[in-house]
Amino acid sequence: MKAAPFDYVRAASVGDACVLLREHGDEVKLIAGGQSLVPMMAMRLTRPSRLVDINEIAALKFIALEADVARTGACTRQCVIERDAALAVRAPLLQQALAWVGHAQTRNRGTVGGSLMHADPAAELPLVAQVLEATMMLRSADGVRAVPANDFFIAPLTTSAKADECLEEIRWPLWVESAERRTGSAFIETSRRHGDFAIVAAAAQVALDANGRCVRASFGIGGANSTPLAFPHLSKHLVGTQLDDESINNAAHTAANEAEFSSDLHAGADYRRHLAAALVAKVLRSARDIAQSKP
Amino acid sequence: MNEKHHAIAVEVNGTLRHAQVPARLSLVDWLRDELLLTGTHIGCEHGICGACSIMLDGEPVRSCLMYAVQADGHRVTTVEGLANSDGTLSVLQDSFCQTHGLQCGYCTPGMLIAAQSLLNEVAHPSEAQIRDAIGGNLCRCTGYQQIVEAVQLAATRLAAQK
Repeated sequence: MKAAPFDYVRAASVGDACVLLREHGDEVKLIAGGQSLVPMMAMRLTRPSRLVDINEIAALKFIALEADVARTGACTRQCVIERDAALAVRAPLLQQALAWVGHAQTRNRGTVGGSLMHADPAAELPLVAQVLEATMMLRSADGVRAVPANDFFIAPLTTSAKADECLEEIRWPLWVESAERRTGSAFIETSRRHGDFAIVAAAAQVALDANGRCVRASFGIGGANSTPLAFPHLSKHLVGTQLDDESINNAAHTAANEAEFSSDLHAGADYRRHLAAALVAKVLRSARDIAQSKP
Repeated sequence: MNEKHHAIAVEVNGTLRHAQVPARLSLVDWLRDELLLTGTHIGCEHGICGACSIMLDGEPVRSCLMYAVQADGHRVTTVEGLANSDGTLSVLQDSFCQTHGLQCGYCTPGMLIAAQSLLNEVAHPSEAQIRDAIGGNLCRCTGYQQIVEAVQLAATRLAAQK
């Protein structure tokens, strides 16, 4: 046994989990897939005195496609998101990102909400949440509060969720798709081995009109210092262009220069910045090419 | 230390097993130390190496990243559960022998669980699918090539049986 001793309780419902969170405050942690929490507990980087297991709450496991939003329950397994054919059509960036997340064995257990709450700045799903401007629905004993991704990720491994809140649902906005408005998306990352955390990751989604002119764009960088980053102020300048390579390279270099990177065992800050510019340009070109190739 | 114990009932390789476990006992420790199913190996104990892979409700997962108490009410298959009921090696296990898909054998139970899970879903996997399926399992002996060949051989032999 490697973890420090703790009490364990299975929550029967989200309401049940919220009551337990309020009762025990900072001493308690929710466990979903546990793919990050269990190693952290094994290394005693965290020592909650009580674990509230939300794995058996069926109400937290769902995928619901609506006209302009895909809703996913927080405890939906990553493998379930990965295999959902309808979701792959409407929100392809999620599947594109999940191809880089861990391995089959970890995606079978890991949950979409767990990855977002863990908020590793190099993790894939938090980056997608930033790029798609997802909304986190946080429930406490007082009710539900909606927090946009931009306000949710505040520091490495830190979100704006309060100690007594349980992530219940994630709302992923869906972009309009038609012959006059073709969309494309792409995700890429560089890591030492496939399935490892990214040294740098990049994601993009674009929409083109019938003439190939960009009508909407969003892109972001993972692996920077504090949180996954999106660049709405730079994406805005891509709108109206043909997404020519020069416009893309300008946006990519400006974004990479704005982001703060640090050096560690895996890569230096300069290399990370170089990668960020190259990978952002690559995903923007891929997203554009996918949109252009649609009839 | 007087830790609280939790009653669990887990179906392991087709048999319902009851136990009292402390919350922090990992699933792999319970399988090995209490059920004496030592086929499942412990490598890194933090989810990197894949040696401890088991099937939970038919899907491959890492048993070092779960507490035994979380398996209550679920179905677990370990490498011992892959062999034929008379104790002879399964087609996949025998294929590992045929192609020299193991040397020291430490990663083998995890490789077998990962590969069997793939074959349960995909009868004729491509090499890329095989490499992806075992991508979360580290092997320091074989260079992986013979493991890929073992899975390919098993797929061929299983198809011929049908």
